[in-house]
Amino acid sequence: MTVISDMFIVFLLLAGAFFSLIAAFGVIRFPDVYTRNHAASKSATLGVMCILLATFLYFLVEDGFFNSRLLLGIAFFFITAPVAGHLISRAAYNSGVKMWDKSVRDDLKDKK
Amino acid sequence: MIDIVLKITLVLLAIAMLGLTYRLVKGPTTPDRVIALDAMGVNLVSIAAILSILLNTSNFLDIILLIGILAFIGTVAFAKFLEKGEIIEYDRDQ
Repeated sequence: MTVISDMFIVFLLLAGAFFSLIAAFGVIRFPDVYTRNHAASKSATLGVMCILLATFLYFLVEDGFFNSRLLLGIAFFFITAPVAGHLISRAAYNSGVKMWDKSVRDDLKDKK
Repeated sequence: MIDIVLKITLVLLAIAMLGLTYRLVKGPTTPDRVIALDAMGVNLVSIAAILSILLNTSNFLDIILLIGILAFIGTVAFAKFLEKGEIIEYDRDQ
Protein backbone atom coordinates (compact mmCIF):
# COMPACT_ATOMS: atom_id res chain seq x y z
CA MET A 1 0.00 0.00 0.00
CA THR A 2 2.69 2.44 1.01
CA VAL A 3 4.91 1.40 -1.89
CA ILE A 4 2.11 1.94 -4.39
CA SER A 5 1.25 5.37 -3.00
CA ASP A 6 4.97 6.26 -2.97
CA MET A 7 5.23 5.32 -6.63
CA PHE A 8 2.21 7.46 -7.41
CA ILE A 9 3.61 10.44 -5.48
CA VAL A 10 6.98 10.09 -7.22
CA PHE A 11 5.28 9.93 -10.60
CA LEU A 12 3.25 13.07 -9.87
CA LEU A 13 6.35 14.96 -8.65
CA LEU A 14 8.41 14.05 -11.71
CA ALA A 15 5.52 14.89 -14.05
CA GLY A 16 5.08 18.29 -12.40
CA ALA A 17 8.78 19.14 -12.61
CA PHE A 18 8.84 17.95 -16.24
CA PHE A 19 5.92 20.20 -17.17
CA SER A 20 7.50 23.20 -15.42
CA LEU A 21 10.73 22.59 -17.31
CA ILE A 22 8.83 22.29 -20.60
CA ALA A 23 7.12 25.61 -19.82
CA ALA A 24 10.50 27.28 -19.23
CA PHE A 25 11.93 25.91 -22.49
CA GLY A 26 8.83 27.10 -24.34
CA VAL A 27 9.20 30.58 -22.84
CA ILE A 28 12.83 30.66 -23.98
CA ARG A 29 12.42 29.27 -27.47
CA PHE A 30 9.08 30.46 -28.87
CA PRO A 31 9.24 33.43 -31.26
CA ASP A 32 6.69 36.00 -30.04
CA VAL A 33 4.83 36.99 -26.91
CA TYR A 34 1.58 35.16 -27.69
CA THR A 35 3.19 31.75 -28.23
CA ARG A 36 5.29 32.28 -25.11
CA ASN A 37 2.15 33.06 -23.15
CA HIS A 38 0.54 29.92 -24.54
CA ALA A 39 3.48 27.82 -23.32
CA ALA A 40 3.78 29.46 -19.92
CA SER A 41 0.14 29.60 -18.87
CA LYS A 42 -0.77 26.03 -19.84
CA SER A 43 2.28 23.96 -18.91
CA ALA A 44 3.17 25.83 -15.73
CA THR A 45 -0.41 25.48 -14.46
CA LEU A 46 -0.48 21.74 -15.08
CA GLY A 47 2.97 21.35 -13.47
CA VAL A 48 2.07 23.19 -10.29
CA MET A 49 -1.22 21.31 -10.03
CA CYS A 50 0.61 17.96 -10.27
CA ILE A 51 3.11 18.99 -7.59
CA LEU A 52 0.42 20.30 -5.23
CA LEU A 53 -1.56 17.06 -5.70
CA ALA A 54 1.58 15.07 -4.85
CA THR A 55 2.06 17.15 -1.70
CA PHE A 56 -1.56 16.61 -0.70
CA LEU A 57 -1.25 12.83 -1.20
CA TYR A 58 2.04 12.76 0.72
CA PHE A 59 0.57 14.41 3.80
CA LEU A 60 -2.57 12.27 3.51
CA VAL A 61 -0.64 8.99 3.35
CA GLU A 62 2.30 9.66 5.68
CA ASP A 63 0.63 11.68 8.43
CA GLY A 64 -3.06 10.95 7.89
CA PHE A 65 -3.55 14.68 7.61
CA PHE A 66 -6.27 15.90 5.24
CA ASN A 67 -5.05 19.30 4.16
CA SER A 68 -7.81 21.35 2.60
CA ARG A 69 -5.52 24.34 1.91
CA LEU A 70 -3.74 22.39 -0.81
CA LEU A 71 -7.02 21.46 -2.49
CA LEU A 72 -8.02 25.11 -2.31
CA GLY A 73 -4.67 26.05 -3.85
CA ILE A 74 -5.18 23.59 -6.72
CA ALA A 75 -8.65 25.00 -7.42
CA PHE A 76 -7.33 28.57 -7.22
CA PHE A 77 -4.52 27.93 -9.70
CA PHE A 78 -6.90 26.11 -12.03
CA ILE A 79 -9.20 29.13 -12.06
CA THR A 80 -6.80 32.08 -12.04
CA ALA A 81 -3.84 31.08 -14.23
CA PRO A 82 -5.79 31.04 -17.54
CA VAL A 83 -7.47 34.33 -16.60
CA ALA A 84 -4.08 35.95 -15.95
CA GLY A 85 -2.77 34.59 -19.26
CA HIS A 86 -5.76 35.97 -21.12
CA LEU A 87 -5.44 39.40 -19.51
CA ILE A 88 -1.75 39.79 -20.21
CA SER A 89 -2.15 38.58 -23.79
CA ARG A 90 -4.97 41.05 -24.43
CA ALA A 91 -2.93 43.84 -22.88
CA ALA A 92 -0.02 42.92 -25.16
CA TYR A 93 -2.28 43.03 -28.24
CA ASN A 94 -3.85 46.35 -27.29
CA SER A 95 -0.52 47.96 -26.50
CA GLY A 96 0.68 47.12 -29.99
CA VAL A 97 3.04 44.18 -29.65
CA LYS A 98 3.69 42.67 -33.08
CA MET A 99 2.91 39.04 -33.86
CA TRP A 100 5.49 36.70 -35.36
CA ASP A 101 6.37 37.37 -39.04
CA LYS A 102 5.11 33.98 -40.18
CA SER A 103 1.72 34.11 -38.52
CA VAL A 104 -0.94 34.19 -41.19
CA ARG A 105 -4.18 35.08 -39.48
CA ASP A 106 -5.30 37.90 -37.19
CA ASP A 107 -9.03 37.83 -36.53
CA LEU A 108 -8.91 40.63 -34.00
CA LYS A 109 -7.54 43.18 -36.50
CA ASP A 110 -10.89 44.02 -38.09
CA LYS A 111 -12.79 44.36 -34.85
CA LYS A 112 -11.53 47.84 -34.07
CA MET B 1 13.20 6.85 -2.57
CA ILE B 2 11.11 9.98 -2.15
CA ASP B 3 14.06 12.00 -0.83
CA ILE B 4 16.14 11.50 -3.97
CA VAL B 5 13.18 12.29 -6.21
CA LEU B 6 12.46 15.45 -4.22
CA LYS B 7 16.02 16.66 -4.71
CA ILE B 8 15.91 15.86 -8.44
CA THR B 9 12.64 17.79 -8.67
CA LEU B 10 14.16 20.79 -6.90
CA VAL B 11 17.07 20.82 -9.36
CA LEU B 12 14.70 20.65 -12.34
CA LEU B 13 12.63 23.52 -10.95
CA ALA B 14 15.79 25.55 -10.38
CA ILE B 15 16.75 25.04 -14.03
CA ALA B 16 13.26 26.18 -15.02
CA MET B 17 13.67 29.30 -12.86
CA LEU B 18 16.99 30.05 -14.58
CA GLY B 19 15.35 29.79 -17.99
CA LEU B 20 12.57 32.14 -16.95
CA THR B 21 15.16 34.55 -15.56
CA TYR B 22 16.80 34.59 -18.99
CA ARG B 23 13.49 35.63 -20.56
CA LEU B 24 12.95 38.18 -17.78
CA VAL B 25 16.29 39.85 -18.49
CA LYS B 26 16.29 39.61 -22.28
CA GLY B 27 12.59 39.75 -23.21
CA PRO B 28 12.08 42.39 -25.88
CA THR B 29 8.72 43.72 -24.68
CA THR B 30 7.14 44.38 -21.30
CA PRO B 31 4.45 41.63 -21.57
CA ASP B 32 7.26 39.09 -22.03
CA ARG B 33 8.70 40.11 -18.71
CA VAL B 34 5.31 39.99 -17.00
CA ILE B 35 4.70 36.48 -18.35
CA ALA B 36 8.11 35.37 -17.12
CA LEU B 37 7.44 36.83 -13.65
CA ASP B 38 4.05 35.12 -13.47
CA ALA B 39 5.58 31.75 -14.38
CA MET B 40 8.33 32.36 -11.81
CA GLY B 41 5.67 32.86 -9.14
CA VAL B 42 4.05 29.57 -10.13
CA ASN B 43 7.43 27.82 -9.96
CA LEU B 44 8.03 29.36 -6.54
CA VAL B 45 4.79 27.75 -5.33
CA SER B 46 6.07 24.37 -6.54
CA ILE B 47 9.37 24.90 -4.73
CA ALA B 48 7.54 25.81 -1.50
CA ALA B 49 5.42 22.66 -1.74
CA ILE B 50 8.46 20.44 -2.32
CA LEU B 51 10.34 22.07 0.56
CA SER B 52 7.40 21.43 2.86
CA ILE B 53 7.58 17.72 1.97
CA LEU B 54 11.36 17.70 2.37
CA LEU B 55 11.26 19.34 5.81
CA ASN B 56 8.18 17.24 6.73
CA THR B 57 6.20 20.19 8.01
CA SER B 58 2.79 21.49 7.05
CA ASN B 59 3.39 25.05 8.17
CA PHE B 60 4.43 26.28 4.74
CA LEU B 61 1.13 25.48 3.10
CA ASP B 62 -0.34 28.89 3.79
CA ILE B 63 2.60 30.37 1.91
CA ILE B 64 1.47 28.46 -1.19
CA LEU B 65 -1.94 30.10 -1.24
CA LEU B 66 -0.39 33.47 -0.43
CA ILE B 67 2.11 33.38 -3.31
CA GLY B 68 -0.63 32.26 -5.69
CA ILE B 69 -2.95 35.10 -4.76
CA LEU B 70 -0.17 37.71 -4.85
CA ALA B 71 1.07 36.53 -8.27
CA PHE B 72 -2.47 36.74 -9.68
CA ILE B 73 -3.08 40.23 -8.30
CA GLY B 74 0.27 41.46 -9.59
CA THR B 75 -0.33 40.08 -13.07
CA VAL B 76 -3.81 41.61 -13.27
CA ALA B 77 -2.50 44.99 -12.11
CA PHE B 78 0.31 44.92 -14.70
CA ALA B 79 -2.12 43.94 -17.46
CA LYS B 80 -4.43 46.80 -16.60
CA PHE B 81 -1.54 49.24 -16.43
CA LEU B 82 -0.28 48.17 -19.84
CA GLU B 83 -3.73 48.39 -21.38
CA LYS B 84 -5.13 51.61 -19.92
CA GLY B 85 -2.17 53.44 -18.43
CA GLU B 86 -3.63 53.47 -14.93
CA ILE B 87 -4.58 50.77 -12.48
CA ILE B 88 -7.43 52.35 -10.52
CA GLU B 89 -9.61 54.68 -12.55
CA TYR B 90 -11.35 57.70 -11.13
CA ASP B 91 -13.49 58.81 -14.06
CA ARG B 92 -17.10 57.91 -13.57
CA ASP B 93 -18.40 58.49 -17.10
CA GLN B 94 -16.66 56.16 -19.52
